[in-house]
Amino acid sequence: MRFTLNGVATDVDAHSMSRLLDVVREQCALTGTKEGCGEGECGACTVLIDGDPVCSCLVPLAQVEGADVETIEGLGGDHPLQHAFMSEVGAQCGICTPGMIMAALPLAPNATLDEIKVALSGNLCRCTGYAAIYRAIMKARQT
Amino acid sequence: MMPAVGSNVPRKDGIGKATGHARYADDLVFAGMLHGRTIRSTIPRGRVRSVRVVGETPGLIVVDYRDVPGRNVCDLIEQDQPFLVERDVRHLAEPILLLAHEDREVLGAVRVDIDYEELAPVFDPERSEGVLKAIDIVKGDVESALADADFIVEGTYRTGHQEHVYIEPNVVVAMPEEDGIAVFGSLQCPFYVLKALKSLLGASAHIRVVQTETGGGFGGKEEYPSMIAGHATLLALKAGRPVKILYDRVEDMVATTKRHPSIVRHRTGVMRDGRIVAMDVDVLLDGGAYSTLSPVVLSRGCIHAAGAYRCENTRIRGRAMATNTPPNGAFRGFGAPQTQFAVEVHIERIAEELGMDPVTLREQNALRPGDTTATGQVMGVDCSARMVLDEAVRRTDFRKKRDEFAGTNRAIGLALFFHGAGFTGSGERHLNSKARLDLTERGVRIAVGSTEIGQGTRTMHAQIVADALGISYEDVEVAQPDTTLVADSGPTVASRTCMVVGKILEECALEMRRRLGDLTPAAYHARHGAFSVLRKYEPPDWIQWDDHTYHRDAYATYAWGCDVVEIEMDPDTFEVRPVKLTAVQEFGRPIHPALARGQIEGGTAQGLGYALLEHVVMRNGGMANAQLTNYIIPTTLDTPELDIVMLENPYVGGPFGAKGLGELPVDGPAPAVVNAIRYLGLDVREIPAIPEHLVACASR
Repeated sequence: MRFTLNGVATDVDAHSMSRLLDVVREQCALTGTKEGCGEGECGACTVLIDGDPVCSCLVPLAQVEGADVETIEGLGGDHPLQHAFMSEVGAQCGICTPGMIMAALPLAPNATLDEIKVALSGNLCRCTGYAAIYRAIMKARQT
Repeated sequence: MMPAVGSNVPRKDGIGKATGHARYADDLVFAGMLHGRTIRSTIPRGRVRSVRVVGETPGLIVVDYRDVPGRNVCDLIEQDQPFLVERDVRHLAEPILLLAHEDREVLGAVRVDIDYEELAPVFDPERSEGVLKAIDIVKGDVESALADADFIVEGTYRTGHQEHVYIEPNVVVAMPEEDGIAVFGSLQCPFYVLKALKSLLGASAHIRVVQTETGGGFGGKEEYPSMIAGHATLLALKAGRPVKILYDRVEDMVATTKRHPSIVRHRTGVMRDGRIVAMDVDVLLDGGAYSTLSPVVLSRGCIHAAGAYRCENTRIRGRAMATNTPPNGAFRGFGAPQTQFAVEVHIERIAEELGMDPVTLREQNALRPGDTTATGQVMGVDCSARMVLDEAVRRTDFRKKRDEFAGTNRAIGLALFFHGAGFTGSGERHLNSKARLDLTERGVRIAVGSTEIGQGTRTMHAQIVADALGISYEDVEVAQPDTTLVADSGPTVASRTCMVVGKILEECALEMRRRLGDLTPAAYHARHGAFSVLRKYEPPDWIQWDDHTYHRDAYATYAWGCDVVEIEMDPDTFEVRPVKLTAVQEFGRPIHPALARGQIEGGTAQGLGYALLEHVVMRNGGMANAQLTNYIIPTTLDTPELDIVMLENPYVGGPFGAKGLGELPVDGPAPAVVNAIRYLGLDVREIPAIPEHLVACASR
């Protein structure tokens, strides 16, 4: 199966019904994408497929053939959102953080707080009460 | 040099978490690793007659209780819980058999037939005859004070289970090493795991327990990882290969611990002028099938059961009862959220009975310096009950808002609460915690067993050490907790990691400073080489505690909070939506204000979930809604605007004046919400206050 992973043409040998999450974590050794529930409720496994945030635990590999898949590793380490999550303490235990950042990535630069809340409503965080995550996203947009 | 304490230095673990490079246990790969699976009981009570693995599966490793080399006991406070069932099943989902295989699909397809002799289970703690722990706290003469009181107000309050929902489910990897076993896992207390594995393997076994990056704990990874570590160890030793046991969300919710459900009864004597003269409190906790930490959860629950109020005649009777459900255990707050829910709703009802403003009733009875608590502890100047109450009422314009909302579907409610920091009573003395600082080429390394589980342990400890030693925060590194390499600083629980372990580290740093003389760590290291400083915790010498009578100084200090919540109720669906919550909390002094704020915001959201959403449905002794699809925790859309106010009142025994903070924020939201709902005419005495329950209240 061929797809683009973080900008790199990738060819993996896996069953077409394999979960994208497992392929990314195990075959591609990109463990930044996390599994929290395996049923699309927590959002910890969020990746971008052709720019849209999706729970990778719900996506069979066959669906990404020819698609652009981006994971947290695709951001490198210098993205304004990553810096803002650090400085605003948007990450506590950190397990939801990669998914949170990926879900926040496609937000329009002028998104309102309500729009941010809706965009992140499929991503659960049990540590922060979300407030620091909003602060991080707001701050990233100023930089 | 800018002091590190009091400023928002970058988290030590921030970069790893923001880039996805932080290594959690499920991210670790070991050559030749097998996957482990736990076969569990499907009945709540009975005896195992036979266990049979169906068919032949090449490469399958099978372990039962006969494979335990030492004692089949997951050693904690009591020695009552087996790693694997031998004959008696005491709860649903109890581990009976362990399997491992290199192929997950093959492993998942293996069938095991278990034949049982079923026995009648007990699910109702009020009907149980198994007492896990009983506590009596007596001050003054309750019966005569009740007889002399102008009014007696009675009430019964109930709270349900709560599931931790750390977003990273439990995971442990065990790996055979040369002469023993190494265990890597998502866990709060590596030395608890070590103790349990020593019981499993025998005291002479060589065991190494390493905490990997941990995706949330909240108490849920305090004791249960010992069980999983035992299972992974048994499989790994039998296979001679590394074994990973990773729970999926359903297994994690069905099998592991939850917050204890409670039934709390109050009988309170009050005078016409509002003076509370007698408090008679009965606390009942549902402990589940084994003791786990129920004795100490009950203890903290009882000590907080009279609330943040003065009353000269108090009797608190507590019992934790055994039932045939999976054991309940540690959960942030540890009994105090249950009992303070009861007392704070009860206070509101007392005010109603007296025709008095509930704020005034609280103002009049709140603990002040010089007053004594239920255990007879004299409050010092670090008592801030009035400070947080007054600020919360002022800041929210509480009385005015309450009047404005009257007659609408909006309301505002308040709760006053406190939380003791550190282990209860003589607990810290018995723990005898140690901390170590190692001099390095560049600065120092902190070597403690206290774990980073998101709350900021590494960062906050490094700030304390940096300032006490007079070096920069960047020159302080923090060792990964590995039981063979770090000092046993006690478990990461009980709001003690900053106040208690931080204090020992401060003392280590001061001693190291003396030994360095005028030299920087780097200069000293270059001239004389490395050295370490090891210190143990000395509780303040004024602390007196009697374990038998539960008298005197239950905690070295307390943190204080007052939450005010505005809510809106849908008149058709009875759904309650919190609109804004103001949390005014005093916890000595924040070491790292942004981390502290995060503790309050996150704890408050958990408390709101406990109040309104998180409903564990138990059926035949097991959680029936063990999925995030139908066990609902607050999302972005359920969490209101949070206004956080951090007040300072330093505690002299804490590092830089700090008290414990981690658990305090969970105590307040539930009673504040229910007290707000009360203004809408609904006499709620139970949480979670889900719409079904509110409809029932409305039609009473």
